[in-house]
Amino acid sequence: MKHPYRELIIAMTRTGILGFGGGPSVIPLIRHEAVSKFKWIDDDEFGEILAIANALPGPIATKMSAYLGHKVKGVPGAVVATAAHILPTCVAMAALFAAVNVLSHSKIVSGMIGAVTPVIAVMLGIMAYEFGQKALKGFGLLAGVLFFILAFLGLQVFSIHPGIIVILFLTYGAFHFKLKRKAAREKDKGVSAS
Amino acid sequence: MIIFYLFWAFFIANLLGYGGGPASIPLNFEEVVQHFHWLSKEEFSNMLALANALPGPIATKIAAYVGYSVLGWPGVFIALIATVLPSAIALVLLLKLIGRYRQSPVVKGMTLAVQPVIAVMMLILTWEIGGDAIRSIGMVQSLVIALISLAALTKFRVHPAFLIVAAFAYGGLVIPLL
Repeated sequence: MKHPYRELIIAMTRTGILGFGGGPSVIPLIRHEAVSKFKWIDDDEFGEILAIANALPGPIATKMSAYLGHKVKGVPGAVVATAAHILPTCVAMAALFAAVNVLSHSKIVSGMIGAVTPVIAVMLGIMAYEFGQKALKGFGLLAGVLFFILAFLGLQVFSIHPGIIVILFLTYGAFHFKLKRKAAREKDKGVSAS
Repeated sequence: MIIFYLFWAFFIANLLGYGGGPASIPLNFEEVVQHFHWLSKEEFSNMLALANALPGPIATKIAAYVGYSVLGWPGVFIALIATVLPSAIALVLLLKLIGRYRQSPVVKGMTLAVQPVIAVMMLILTWEIGGDAIRSIGMVQSLVIALISLAALTKFRVHPAFLIVAAFAYGGLVIPLL
């Protein structure tokens, strides 16, 4: 990392300007910069940040910018990363104060947003696939699929708040390896007894 | 006093806005329109349309706009601080705490257990945003753009930025003529 501040500014400005459609659409972009491009964190840590950011209130993208900035360069890094992420569009917003009516009904603007939406959908889909694969690798096929179904039921069918689902899964996760070890030991006992 | 109100309005709206920026929109409306009367209902919805047309997080765009209309550039600054700072500090502190115990099986288990939740959340978002795309530009165009994106991202490893700029060019130049 030769120019940590410059990297932070490049990455966070880019994601801020290209992330159309509010917080969630920017997640794959931030992942690309933080994990694939600049390698500030690995994918596991990214998943962890994302989950915990989801469990806390407030905008997602600014929480993630602040964390990445902090990770790279402490508090000043957090300030620089968040500012780089939000300032360009915030300034545009204040500057366009007068042009509100014209722009929000522009055909060109709505065409641009329309065309970029499927791209965002694909990026999110790819992320879903990759995190799904990781879950299957960690849990094994059976337990992995069971957890998918549980998460889906909670989030979509019963519309439980994502924050609560994340907290429930984290709580289970805290005991996962302990339970696994216990299960393995019992199996050993069963085998040696027979 | 207005400085304090401005801070308070955005602090509360984002603290209770659980589930990211879009979830805080109704709470912003409550504070900005109903409580403090900084904007009329119509101004708020026009502002929202503009905010949706620009990139970047929605909550900070709303804060910037309302802050500017109430108090000029200092207002932008105050509203942004109130929106961003509390949750950012909370996340950094919480993850620092977790990072200290990274090697423990407890934290490892937590990291693993959260993966299926993220996968499913992303899947649901994919479905919803795919639906938005179909509603806005139709099934055929959505599918063609989606397939091109999939190939570009997974096969050819194109930087997502290029793809987004290409989609903008297509959407801005071609779609209005169709």
